[in-house]
Amino acid sequence: MLPAVREGVPNEAEVAAADVHLRNVVKTYGGVVAVDDLTLEIPRGEFFSLLGPSGCGKTTTLGMIGGFETPTSGTIMLGDQDVSRVPPYKRDVNTVFQSYALFPHLDIFGNIAFGLKRKGMPKEQIASRVTEVLRLVDLPGYEKRKISELSGGQQQRIALARALVNEPRVLLLDEPLGALDLKLRKQMQAELKRIQQDVGITFLYVTHDQEEAMAMSDRLAVMNAGKIEQYGTPRDVYERPATRFVASFLGASNLIAGKVVSSGGAEFAEVVLAGGQTVRVPAERVTPGQVEISVGIRPEKLLLEPVSEPAAPGYNAITGQVILGTYLGVSHQYIVKGPADTELVVYVQNLGATAPTLGETVRLSWLPEHTFVV
Amino acid sequence: MSTVELPTATVPREPKQGRGPLRLGRFVLPVYTWLVILYTVIPIVLMIVYSFNQAPSGRMTFQWLGFTTQWYQHVFQIPDLTNALVNSLIVAGSSSLISAIIGTPLAIALARYRYLGRNVTEGVIFTNIAAPSVVVGASLLSLFITLNLNRGLVTIIIAHVSFCIAFVAIVVRARIVGLDRSIEKAAYDLGATPWVAFQKVLLPLIMPGIIAGMLLAFAMSIDDFIITSFVAGQTLTFPLWVYGAVKVGIPPQVFVMGTLIFLIGVVLALVNVFMQRRRA
Ligand SMILES: Nc1ncnc2c1ncn2[C@@H]1O[C@H](COP(=O)(O)OP(=O)(O)O)[C@@H](O)[C@H]1O
Ligand SMILES: [Mg+2]
Repeated sequence: MLPAVREGVPNEAEVAAADVHLRNVVKTYGGVVAVDDLTLEIPRGEFFSLLGPSGCGKTTTLGMIGGFETPTSGTIMLGDQDVSRVPPYKRDVNTVFQSYALFPHLDIFGNIAFGLKRKGMPKEQIASRVTEVLRLVDLPGYEKRKISELSGGQQQRIALARALVNEPRVLLLDEPLGALDLKLRKQMQAELKRIQQDVGITFLYVTHDQEEAMAMSDRLAVMNAGKIEQYGTPRDVYERPATRFVASFLGASNLIAGKVVSSGGAEFAEVVLAGGQTVRVPAERVTPGQVEISVGIRPEKLLLEPVSEPAAPGYNAITGQVILGTYLGVSHQYIVKGPADTELVVYVQNLGATAPTLGETVRLSWLPEHTFVV
Repeated sequence: MSTVELPTATVPREPKQGRGPLRLGRFVLPVYTWLVILYTVIPIVLMIVYSFNQAPSGRMTFQWLGFTTQWYQHVFQIPDLTNALVNSLIVAGSSSLISAIIGTPLAIALARYRYLGRNVTEGVIFTNIAAPSVVVGASLLSLFITLNLNRGLVTIIIAHVSFCIAFVAIVVRARIVGLDRSIEKAAYDLGATPWVAFQKVLLPLIMPGIIAGMLLAFAMSIDDFIITSFVAGQTLTFPLWVYGAVKVGIPPQVFVMGTLIFLIGVVLALVNVFMQRRRA
C-alpha cells in the first residue's frame, strides 16, 4: 500500500534550500532493482538518516551520492549542480566508510591531510587544520601515530576526521558505528551528534538501527526495497507511521483491521473494528473514500484497566483477554487477545499496581489522537 | 598411591585425552617438517660447504680436501664464467623489472575489473605457467627465426619476460584481492584522480607484492636453462655455462657464485618480509 499521508514532506522553500536532491533515481544491477525511483530532499545543515533493513538499497543510494555508482536513470543534484555523472574526486562530498578504509601505509597526519593535499592547500595551513580536526574528534596530538596502533573506536574517529577536515558540502556515513560494541556505539552516537552540531555540515547517515536513527536525526527517511516509505522527523515517523512497514520497523505497533463507517466533516472518523467494537480516529488520517483500513496504536499508548471501573470519557476502549504477562523491570509487557483474536502488545509502566491475572478480561483504552491509520 | 587420590588424578587427564590428535601432532608433524626441510636444504648446504673445499686441479671433487676461502678471493678469475654470470644478472634484473611493469597492471585488471576476455586472460596465465619449457623454448625459437631476430641477450630477455609476467601477475593479484576495496574508494572520495590514487594509495600498498613477484621472477629467470638454451644463440648465461662445464669438470667458483646468488636471494626476501611487517 502506498503511503496515504506523507508527514514532514518538505515544502517548496525547503526543497530549494536543500543540499542534496535525488530525483526519480533508479539503480539496477542486471535484473536486480537496488534503488527504485527514489526522490528525496536532504535539508542543508541537518543530521539526516536513511533508515532501512539490510539490502534495502541504502549503500547503493549513498554510493550514487558519493559518485562510486552511476544511477541507471534519474538525477542527483548537489545544491543546484547536477552531479549524476561527475566522478567522486570532483564532488564536494566526503564519505566515512563502514570499514573505515584508512590508509594503512600513512600515519594519522598523512591520512587526514590526504584530501587537503589534493586541493593543493599550503603546508602550514594543512598542519593547523589537522591539529584542529584532531581536537574536534577528541584525539589531540595523535598526528604521528600509526593506524595499526589505534583501537576500533579511535580509527572510527580518524575516519570521521579525515572526511570532515575537507569541510564537504555533505558528509556521507555508511553504518559507521556498525563495528563497535554497544557501549562505544552509544558514546559515539552522542559524539557524532555533537560534532555535527559544532561543524554544521549536512550529515547523511545510513543505518539499519532504528533506535540510532531516532536518537540522532533531525529528520529521517525510512527505506524499504529500494523505495522511501516515509520521510519526516523522528517524532512524525514514530507517532504517525504511514505504512505497515514503517509501523513495524520503527518500534512495536498494534494493528487492528477495521472499516470506516463515518468520516464526513467531523473531527473524528468512526471505525468498526473486526469483531464489532467501534473506535474513533482523527478524521484527517483517513484518506477520503478509504473504507478497509488498519488502525494502529503503539504499545506504550495503551492503558490496561479492569473492566469493572468505568472507562475514561473521550477515550477509545476495547476489551480483550490477557494471555501473557512478562516482567521486564522498568515495565510489564502484556499480550492481550483483542478484537478478532488480534494479539495486542501493551507496555505498563512499573508503578507497583496489581497485575492482571492470566485469562482476565481487561479493557484497553487510549486517546483517539494516538491512533494512526495504515 | 591411595585410592583417595585416584579421582584427582583422573580429572586433569581428561582434557589431555581430548587433545589426543594434537599430542600426535606435537611429535609427528615437527619431525615430518624437519625431514622435509632437510631434504630441501641438503643440496644448498652441500653447495655452500663445497664452495670452501680445496681443489688443487681447479675442478671440484666431492672429496673433502680441506678448508679454504681462496675461491671467494678468486671468484671472478674465469672471464667466461664471470661474463656468463653478468649476462644472467642482466637478464634476470631486466626481465623481473619488465615483467613487474607489465604484470602489475594485468594483476589490477584481473583483481578489480570485470571485462570481456577476463577469463581468457586468467586461463592464459595459468597455461603459461603449466606449459612445458621445452615447448615454450622451441616455439619462441621458431618465432624469433621467423621474425629474423638475432639471438642474444635481447631474445633471452624477451623469452624470460614472457614466462615471468604470469608469476608477477599472480603474486600481485593475491595482494590486491586482500585489500579492502573501500581504500581505493576513499582515495577518490578525498579528491584523488585515478592516477593519483594509484600512485599514492594502491601502489604503496601492493609494493610488497610487486617486490615478492619480482623476486620470484628473478629466481625463475636466473636459473632458467631450458628456454634459455633455445633462444640464447651464442650468448652464455650462468646455467648454460655451468652445463657446458659439467663435461670437463666444474670449477669451484661456480659453487661460490651459487652461494652468493642464494644469499642475495635470502637477504632480499627477508628485507621484503621485514618491510612488510614494519608497514602493517
Ligand atoms: N555491485 C552489485 N552488484 C549486484 N547487486 C548489487 C550490487 N550492490 C548492491 N546490490 C544489490 O542491491 C541491493 C541493495 O544493496 P545495498 O545498497 O548494499 O543495501 P543496504 O546497504 O541497504 O544493505 C541488494 O539486493 C544487493 O544485493
Ligand atoms: Mg549497506
